[in-house]
Amino acid sequence: MKPYYSKKVIERFLHPKNFGKIKDANGVGKVGNPRCGDLMELYIKVEKKNNKEIIKDIKFNTMGCAAAIATSDMICDLVRGKILKEALKIGYQDVADKLGFLPPIKVHCAYLAQEGLKAAIKDYQKRKK
Amino acid sequence: MPKIYLDYAATTPIDPKVLKAMLPYLRKDFGNPSSIYYLGQKALGAVDEARKTVADFLGCDAGEIVFTGSATEANNLAIFGVIKTTKITKPHLITSQIEHHAVLEPCRELEKQGVEVTYLPVNKEGLVGLAEVKKAIKANTVLVSIMYANNEIGTIQPIAELSKLIKKTNPKILFHTDAVQAVNYLDCDVEKLGVDLFTLSSHKIYGPKGVGALFVKKGVSIAPLIRGGGHEAGLRSGTENVAGIVGLGAAIKEIQNPKHKIQNIGIRQLKDKLIKNILKLIPDANLNGSQEHRLPNNVNISFQGAEGEAMVIALDQKGIAASTGSACSSKSLEPSHVLLALGLSEEEAHGSLRITLGRPTCQEEIERFLKVLPPIIQRLRQISGYQL
Repeated sequence: MKPYYSKKVIERFLHPKNFGKIKDANGVGKVGNPRCGDLMELYIKVEKKNNKEIIKDIKFNTMGCAAAIATSDMICDLVRGKILKEALKIGYQDVADKLGFLPPIKVHCAYLAQEGLKAAIKDYQKRKK
Repeated sequence: MPKIYLDYAATTPIDPKVLKAMLPYLRKDFGNPSSIYYLGQKALGAVDEARKTVADFLGCDAGEIVFTGSATEANNLAIFGVIKTTKITKPHLITSQIEHHAVLEPCRELEKQGVEVTYLPVNKEGLVGLAEVKKAIKANTVLVSIMYANNEIGTIQPIAELSKLIKKTNPKILFHTDAVQAVNYLDCDVEKLGVDLFTLSSHKIYGPKGVGALFVKKGVSIAPLIRGGGHEAGLRSGTENVAGIVGLGAAIKEIQNPKHKIQNIGIRQLKDKLIKNILKLIPDANLNGSQEHRLPNNVNISFQGAEGEAMVIALDQKGIAASTGSACSSKSLEPSHVLLALGLSEEEAHGSLRITLGRPTCQEEIERFLKVLPPIIQRLRQISGYQL
């Protein structure tokens, strides 16, 4: 028997490390819609170091299914400490791969995480101007 | 950790007596009921006996029962079957917005073929209004299909009253009810209910999967969907699922066992306890459906700030099986059409959890559930950032 979710998804879902808000976040991305079920908010704190913009911290609040919570938590781990340019290279497939396996109907949750990150970075860049 | 099953509206375990009744027909008495020699006639006798048992339960003649491969098939047969034989050129069909997909999808298909369909709204409790039905009836209305009890919220429709109203308006209009969820708990006398067509399922009543039945009142003309050797009086060809049909018969017999009638009272009490305590223990939670017109085994509650699929997965990790109307758990990624029809927002539908009790459900299971659920909801609310 193959369980619906992989062990990694269940582990992330049950014990996410990165949920919550960042009080002094300088970028916030809100994605998803209530119709599809998932609402994701990603908070990033970007800091400049030697002229490089680095994601110092990232957190999330997600109202959604186990996969949406797992992908939210995973993208935080994947981009924390990365410079913005590199963070933007992280695709939904990277998120899905890191989770081992996502049911096909849940791949859009990984996509949502990617979109959330993009939205947060966009918000940061807008605020910077 | 013992597993706790609280999804009896999805399916039920087979009753040991039912299984025992079925086994001979899978082994030594494997004959085809169409064969004229002993082994065949033995199988035919068993099918006939099951037919008689189901007919007695419904208060009808054995000749009015058609066995099918599922309740979905029975619903399809009722709806397509009636429309296929009608002489009215542009027939009209009335149903409700909260029907099972096994009724809604045939209706949608017929709409594509030019049939006029009215999908009646329901009130906050999930009840179809008599006035709405009356208003919807037209000169070309040939069939009304309203479910007896809803599978998601357990709301019980006033079938007998609806029938009286329909027949008073136009006695020629046929009335079908999908009674799949009702059979365990409610009076299923088709004469009292005043229905012409009545669908039931075996696997929801502690019988095997793969068997359903349709009551077709004598004189009601329907056309078959499956043609072949002319089984089931020509309405459903295909060699009878003998063991399955015997199982359905045995399950119907068992429902009438006084033991289960008493057990049903206990189920109702556990259901009331569950609702009361969930609403007491967990803030921002609302009961979906009706308090009064509700199946004794159904609980459906929405929790704000938490999503249903996540609840189901978290409960599963604790060995508890339950269900949700959230889009995230559906194949279509659409929230429950039933909850939306009640007027719930999409968020509220996403935060729904359905717990359905059954014969094996005991006090200890309910208590364990009540211990496990509150921290799950609390945790999901932390993750979603929901502020109480």
